[in-house]
Amino acid sequence: MALVINEEQQMLKESAQGFLAEFAPVAELRKQRDAGSEKGYADNLWAQMVDMGWAAILVPEAYGGLEFGHVGMGQIVEQSGRTLTASPLFSTAILGVTAINQAGSEEQKAELLSAIAGGELTTALAVDESIHHAPTEIGMSASAKGQGYILNGSKRFVADGSTADRLIVAARTSGDAGDINGISLFIVDRTAAGVEVERTQMVDCRNYANINFNHLEVPQSALLGEEGRGFQALSATLDVGNAYLAAELLGIAQQTFDTTLQYLKERKQFGVLIGSFQALQHRAAHWWSEVELCKSVVLKALQALDKGDDNSPLLVSIAKAKLCEVSELATNEAIQMHGGIGMTDEYDIGFYIKRARPAAMLFGDYSYHGDRFALLSGY
Amino acid sequence: MADLQTFRQETRDWLEENCPPSMRFPITNSDDSCWGGRNWIFKSEEQKQWMERMAARGWTAPDWPAEYGGGGLNKAETKILKEEMARINARSPLDSFGIWMIGPALLKFGSEALKQQHLPPIIRGEIRWCQGYSEPGAGSDLAGLQAKGEDRGDHFIANGQKVWTSYADKCDWMFCLLRTDFEAKKQMGISLVLFDMATPGVTPKPIKLISGSSPFCETFLDDVRVEKDQVVGEINQGWTIAKYLLTHEREMIGGFGLTDAGSDTLGQIAAKSVGVKEGRINNSLLRADVLKWEIDSAAFAMTAERVTDEVKSGHGVGATSAMLKYYGTELNKRRYELMMKIDGSDAMIWDGANSNGGWTPRTWLRTKGNSIEGGTSEVQLNIIAKNILGLG
Repeated sequence: MALVINEEQQMLKESAQGFLAEFAPVAELRKQRDAGSEKGYADNLWAQMVDMGWAAILVPEAYGGLEFGHVGMGQIVEQSGRTLTASPLFSTAILGVTAINQAGSEEQKAELLSAIAGGELTTALAVDESIHHAPTEIGMSASAKGQGYILNGSKRFVADGSTADRLIVAARTSGDAGDINGISLFIVDRTAAGVEVERTQMVDCRNYANINFNHLEVPQSALLGEEGRGFQALSATLDVGNAYLAAELLGIAQQTFDTTLQYLKERKQFGVLIGSFQALQHRAAHWWSEVELCKSVVLKALQALDKGDDNSPLLVSIAKAKLCEVSELATNEAIQMHGGIGMTDEYDIGFYIKRARPAAMLFGDYSYHGDRFALLSGY
Repeated sequence: MADLQTFRQETRDWLEENCPPSMRFPITNSDDSCWGGRNWIFKSEEQKQWMERMAARGWTAPDWPAEYGGGGLNKAETKILKEEMARINARSPLDSFGIWMIGPALLKFGSEALKQQHLPPIIRGEIRWCQGYSEPGAGSDLAGLQAKGEDRGDHFIANGQKVWTSYADKCDWMFCLLRTDFEAKKQMGISLVLFDMATPGVTPKPIKLISGSSPFCETFLDDVRVEKDQVVGEINQGWTIAKYLLTHEREMIGGFGLTDAGSDTLGQIAAKSVGVKEGRINNSLLRADVLKWEIDSAAFAMTAERVTDEVKSGHGVGATSAMLKYYGTELNKRRYELMMKIDGSDAMIWDGANSNGGWTPRTWLRTKGNSIEGGTSEVQLNIIAKNILGLG
């Protein structure tokens, strides 16, 4: 398969670019922040996205979706990185759809996926329990009681965790922390008694939560997939999530580059444009080269997910690791090359560095994915 | 598609029958390469057979037109041939600046007579070419070259000094940049000319490098007669062709960043050398450096693939080759710095038993030149900044 996007994907990319630039530019994020928005996104924006079919892109046709694939959805998410657009797209239309589609029963898929495609349901994925991503270390317990389960434990860094209608929770029905077997997925109401949600205010002004589950009783129907065998679906969902986080970071790396390049061509010091200085030219050229590599790794990972390649986990870890590295370079260079103005809240560039770090941290940063890449490579 | 299937099968069968067993291993040192030419001494009968059999089919230059002795293959067939060769680890039958550099330039810019004269012997491995570009005073600033060709009617008389001419002492012909108009702006007065290294007045002197080997020469030109019918393209218009060739060279050198198919990865080499504990290389700092290199190397290989695919769908490579050259050579240098650490004190052995002739340290030292030859990394960054980013 050629490592280029096709015409349909290109059209989606352009329509996303136009839509996001008009309805969800950085100014919107600033407005949400300044208003102290609880949700971190505008309801009517999400409604528009649903109208355009974005919530249905990954949903199989059998459940009322478009089944347009990861490369297509990746174009939207990359553009949303350029505009720093916050919405339930990632947590619901990507993570929620993937987890339910991977693990759910026919009944669950029919009900939940069509509800997501129609914009009637939002979800959040609750995985990590410590400050570093460690999906095998899940310790939260789910003990059988009668026909159902009782959930006890806590989750943190749950993106959209304080607003989503349902939470998809990874808990342990057997085994100990570190075991791959014994992990089960549950889908529960966020507002149920026994679910204690603490909204955490993060550096990117988006909505995350720490969540305590205190003796939460759930029925058998809350189990997503087979008891004790949830890790495979969880792992596949995390791979999908990381590919999109890489795509978003690619948007960030490109937008900060474009903005900075423009600035190098406008800002004068010592009577000349600062872009005429070789010290800055070489750093810009290196940065551009790194972004070229990033375009390749992200597209490769998205294509592998669409094909269901066995080496998808490896390719996703390459993409996420590379984008963690280069988004850090990009946002740091953006501020340095902008000089003093880059340090001001008034200027948008600061919003990019503040989104880049949590996007890199979520579901594993460079050290996590570098380590995983090496282990998958046999060393 | 059915035609390509047939072509693949026929190619596979032919290679199976004609590629000698000893030509089916990755080369382990530079002596294993076959360069051809009047003075070439084959390292083995099988090396000779392999080159001659491939040349007879034109497969030493598979995508060149058949009328000059090339393979006449289209892009898809060329790719299949490469894949089928890689499948059995077949070595390149002939390494050649004729095939990589001057041949493509002749196909694009040369007269029919020059193509007829020079392409067939290149394909057959009979004539080995070297490149006369750099001079002591014209390295990164190549257009500032001073070697001159004075017009004597039907020929030029060339005088000057070239440097970094690859294997000039072993080569048969040189393609050479000369200043032929002394009044014009520096890029405008340059011609690309061809001459036999046996012409009186041509004196190559090998330069010994820090690696101990002498792959490059200084070449002195004293009243060398160059026929006017050996000018490629128009007189005084050689700079355009020179730039085309430099782009070609950048793409070729950029390929150094890629790991050969069939070879161990750096991670595997490190794991064998340092050992593995609980699935991880038993030295966490070295492991971190190795995995970072492997990730960058994988990303670079994907980028080379993407650029190739974009060219197929109608984009030009152009200045992107500067990025491939810059990134690929810096990667190769990093690779050999890591190889030195992985091999530990063994990597310090310059000569002696079981050291493969000091292969590791000599290759490591040789890679230092990757980011200098064919335009330094800094020149590549200049090209990106000016031609792609529009920074003045």
